[in-house]
Amino acid sequence: MSVWAPSARQIERARITRQMRRRRALLSAVVTVTVLGAVLAVFLTSPGWPAFRAYFLSWSDFKGAFPSVSQGFWLNLRVFLVAEPCVLVLASLVAVCRQSRSPWLAPLRLLSVVYTDLFRGVPSILVVVLVGVGTPALQLNGLPTSLFWLGTIPLVLCYGAYVAEVLRAGILAVHPTQWSSAEALGLSRTQAMWRVIFPQAVRRVVPPLMNDLVSLQKDTALISVLGVWEALRAAQDWQGYHFNGTALFVASMYFLVVAVPLTRLTDWLMLRQIRREQGR
Amino acid sequence: MSALLEIRGLRKTYPAAGSGQRAERVVLHDITLSVAPHDVICLIGASGSGKSTLLRCVNLLEEIQDGVITFDGREISDPRIDPRAVRRDIGMVFQAYNLFPHLSVVDNCTLAPALVHKVAKQEARTRALELLERFGLADKAGAYPDALSGGQQQRVALVRALCTRPRLLLLDEITAALDPELVGEVLEIVRAEAAAGMTMILATHEMAFAREIATTVCFLDQGRILEQGPPEQIFGSPREERTREFLARVL
Repeated sequence: MSVWAPSARQIERARITRQMRRRRALLSAVVTVTVLGAVLAVFLTSPGWPAFRAYFLSWSDFKGAFPSVSQGFWLNLRVFLVAEPCVLVLASLVAVCRQSRSPWLAPLRLLSVVYTDLFRGVPSILVVVLVGVGTPALQLNGLPTSLFWLGTIPLVLCYGAYVAEVLRAGILAVHPTQWSSAEALGLSRTQAMWRVIFPQAVRRVVPPLMNDLVSLQKDTALISVLGVWEALRAAQDWQGYHFNGTALFVASMYFLVVAVPLTRLTDWLMLRQIRREQGR
Repeated sequence: MSALLEIRGLRKTYPAAGSGQRAERVVLHDITLSVAPHDVICLIGASGSGKSTLLRCVNLLEEIQDGVITFDGREISDPRIDPRAVRRDIGMVFQAYNLFPHLSVVDNCTLAPALVHKVAKQEARTRALELLERFGLADKAGAYPDALSGGQQQRVALVRALCTRPRLLLLDEITAALDPELVGEVLEIVRAEAAAGMTMILATHEMAFAREIATTVCFLDQGRILEQGPPEQIFGSPREERTREFLARVL
C-alpha cells in the first residue's frame, strides 16, 4: 500500500480552511470586544457611577468584609455539599416511584405526587421558615435541633421536588423501544428502570439538572432567614454596620466562583460522554 | 454526456479512537467515481467497507481529507461553498428512516420545501399528498411516524426526499432495517424513480435488485472501489478475487 501524501488541492483546501477559521476567530473577537465595550461604557458613563462605585466597590470595605463573608460562605458550601447528594437520591426515588406500576407501591406513588405538587408549589423561603421554625416548635424527641440541619432539610425537600420532575421528564423522553428491548432480555421492570432507562434519562437532562444544582447552591443563602451566619447574613451585617454594600459584592463573587466552574465542568463531562458514545 | 457528479481521489479519515492526535483511521481511500445524469450507481460491499461514508461525503455531511467532488460542474468540496446550497439539489434517505417523530407524515414532507425551497405551503402540501397518494400512503398523511410500520416509514422517508425535487438521490441501505416482505414496497418506489430517470447512488445489500436496476455497480472493500462496471460484468464475471468471494457469500 502506497503511503498517502496530500495532493496540491488538499494543501490548498487546508490553507483556505485555516484562513476561514482565522477570519471567523477575528470576527468573533471584534464583535465580543465591541459589545462588551459598549456595555461597559454605558455603566461607566452613567450619572450615578461614582456613587455606585463608592457604595459597592470600595477597596477598604472589600478587605474589611472579606474574612467574615468568607467564613459565612464556608457554611453555604457545607450546606450545599450535604444537600446536593441528598437531593439527587430523594429526587431519583421520587421520580422512579412515580413511574412504577406495582400495586404494592401505590401508596408511594400517591405520596410522591402529593410531595412534588406541594413542595414545588410553595416558595422555598416559606418552606425554610416553616421547617426551620416549625420543627423545633413541635418539641418532639429525635428531631434535629442544629441550625445547620434545620436549614439544610427544607432545601433538600424543595429541590428534591424540582429535580424529581426534571428526572421524570428524562425518563419519559427515553424511547419506549428501550423498555421493550430491556424486558425482552428478561430484565424485570425495576432492573430495566435502574440499569437501562434511568441512566439514559439522566444523560438527557444533565443541562436542566445542572441548572437546579447551581440554583440550590445559590439558595443556600435562604437559610439566612433562620439567623444562620452564612455569607449573605455576614454581608448584610457588614452593610448595616458600615453603610457600605461592598460586602454583598464579595458574597456574590463567592457564589459565582463556585457556580461557573461547576457549570463548565458538567459541560465538559457531557461532551466527553457524547464523544465516547458516538465514537468521535 | 457530461457527468452530474464527479469524485476524484477522495480520501476520508477519522481520528483513531483512544490514541494521539496524529493517528487516523482511513475509511475511504482514493475513491474515483463518475455519475452521469440518469445513472443508477449501486455500491455493494461488506458492512464497514465505506459505502455509507461515501454517500455522506457526497452530501457534505462529512468533511473530506483529500480529493475533489464536483457536482454539476462546480467543485463542492471547496471549503468556501455553502453546503446548504448543495444539499438543496441532493436528496438523501437513511437506513433508520430518520423521520421527525414530532411531525405528521405530511408535515415531514413539506418541512424542507417550505423552509428551504420557499415553496408556498399549499403547493408543497399538494405535491406531498400527490406523491403519498402515488406510493399508497394517502391515508397516512395525518399519521405520526411512530404509528407506522417500518416499510411505511421508509416509504415516507423516500417521499420526503422526493418532495424537494432533488437532481441526485442518495439511498443509504434503505431496506436493511426492513423485513423481506416490506422490502418490496420500498424498492417499488426506487424502481419507479429509476424508470423516471432519477439519478441515484444507492448503497445496498439487495444484490438481485442492484443487478436489475443499476447502470454501474461498484464493489467497495476496505475503503476502496475495488472494481466497477455494468452489473452483468460485476455479477457475471468479476475481475477481482475479493469480489468473487464477497458475491459467493451473499448470493
